[in-house]
Amino acid sequence: MKIKGYFLLFLMLLMVFIPSVVYAETRIRCASTTSTQNSGLFDYILPIFEKKTGIKVDVVAVGTGAALEIGKRGDADFVFVHAKELELKAVEEGYFVNRHDVMYNDFVIIGPDNDPAKIKGIKSTLEAFRKIAESGHPFVSRGDKSGTHTKELVIWTKAGIDPKGKTWYLEVGQGMEKTQRIANEKRAYTLTDRGTWLATKDKDKLEMMIVLEGDPILFNQYGVMAVNPAKHEHVKYKESMEFINWLISKEGQQAIASFKDKLGNQLFIPNAK
Amino acid sequence: MDSILEGFRKAFLLILHLDAELLGIIFLSLKVSGIALLISTVCGLLAGTLVSLKRFHGRSLIITLLNSFMGLPPVVVGLFVYLLLSRSGPLGFMGLLYTPSAMIIAQTILAFPIIASLCHSAIISIDPIIGQAAMTLGATPYQKTITTIKEARYGILSAIIAGLGRVMAEVGAILIVGGNIAGYTRVMTTTIALETDKGNFELALALGIILLSISLIINALLHIIQKKGALQPNR
Repeated sequence: MKIKGYFLLFLMLLMVFIPSVVYAETRIRCASTTSTQNSGLFDYILPIFEKKTGIKVDVVAVGTGAALEIGKRGDADFVFVHAKELELKAVEEGYFVNRHDVMYNDFVIIGPDNDPAKIKGIKSTLEAFRKIAESGHPFVSRGDKSGTHTKELVIWTKAGIDPKGKTWYLEVGQGMEKTQRIANEKRAYTLTDRGTWLATKDKDKLEMMIVLEGDPILFNQYGVMAVNPAKHEHVKYKESMEFINWLISKEGQQAIASFKDKLGNQLFIPNAK
Repeated sequence: MDSILEGFRKAFLLILHLDAELLGIIFLSLKVSGIALLISTVCGLLAGTLVSLKRFHGRSLIITLLNSFMGLPPVVVGLFVYLLLSRSGPLGFMGLLYTPSAMIIAQTILAFPIIASLCHSAIISIDPIIGQAAMTLGATPYQKTITTIKEARYGILSAIIAGLGRVMAEVGAILIVGGNIAGYTRVMTTTIALETDKGNFELALALGIILLSISLIINALLHIIQKKGALQPNR
């Protein structure tokens, strides 16, 4: 009886120690944002790069704020984010080098499909934000220091409104898609990126619509930059630059342009110089 | 309701066509949780035995600490291990962040107090007369300790099962220190969290059902061992 028990225990240990997969190739680590990961862009472009160079890119997807922090601490080899002002500031502070514009999409304001605050028809984002604040209809904020959140805060500041602590202002601290779903449940307005909106509105059965788009302030630029090897000498700078140069090359830019969601929408427009 | 039924259907289909990626995720889950459980069991049993059978200064403080750390929030442990292993942290030179090893460290910290604390409860509930009897029969202090631990084996196995429950279900800490990197540090629970984020509720639920089934099988096996232990009180 006892022997059988030990045998079972042994079997379980064996199961645990079976190596899962063998990793041998060069790996570089990219800190990026949930919006790029959840859209499926990485699943599409990374295999193309990996096949060409044999370099495997590991993606840690967090908010832009956290991604920059991870890069600054030297816990990633390069970052791929969307908050241009923060990026340029971090480059100036010496944390990153070789920043390049890669692609863009744009932000849109979405709201309940009956548009209770009557935003549709307004052309100016600042005016729309003021109207939402005045009407007291709920507005869901990412509240997570992500690129989208940063953009939202810039708009509030420019509109001359401090939404913090207001009853209609809900800071949820979640990713974009979850934030949209919360806005849907709360019949609220929110700022989202067009990629996430297109990719998820049908899947998540959102009873919402775009109430404002096309305002230049809603432009969403993605950039890539390498962690400064002078600050963190362990980073794989050479391999990271290989990826960055590929991403901004004709081939990489074409890969981004040819990435489509399930419904055939192009989600990102390449614009590297 | 439809989503839940669809989840069960998907889970069934996923099990039927186990693809390599899913198998990799399941094995990594078992590997990370298994090694973490093994380390925390060894350390926890040692610590639990020590605070149960030895009298020393600060002993009750340690017991109180172990008991309170049973409820450590995983996110806090994750953040702590992250700062520890980060390249800018004290152990950064080891380059362990965003590797399975980092996940094992975090889970070990989470499971250790649970196992130590429950082992302690199991051992102190053993009648001291057993140890005394062993001594009168000529046992050395070491043999006496072993006898007491053997008596407490039922409770000790319960402690291990509780630790297993903690590590298998854990997501907050390993998401932070593992980074949920596809094909490298992505395990069952972090996949479920990611798929929920992406709105793939059925797939997430299906993975949850598979995770639960694996837990059930392991617990059933442990229970069989435990029952055998209980059936022969005098070995």
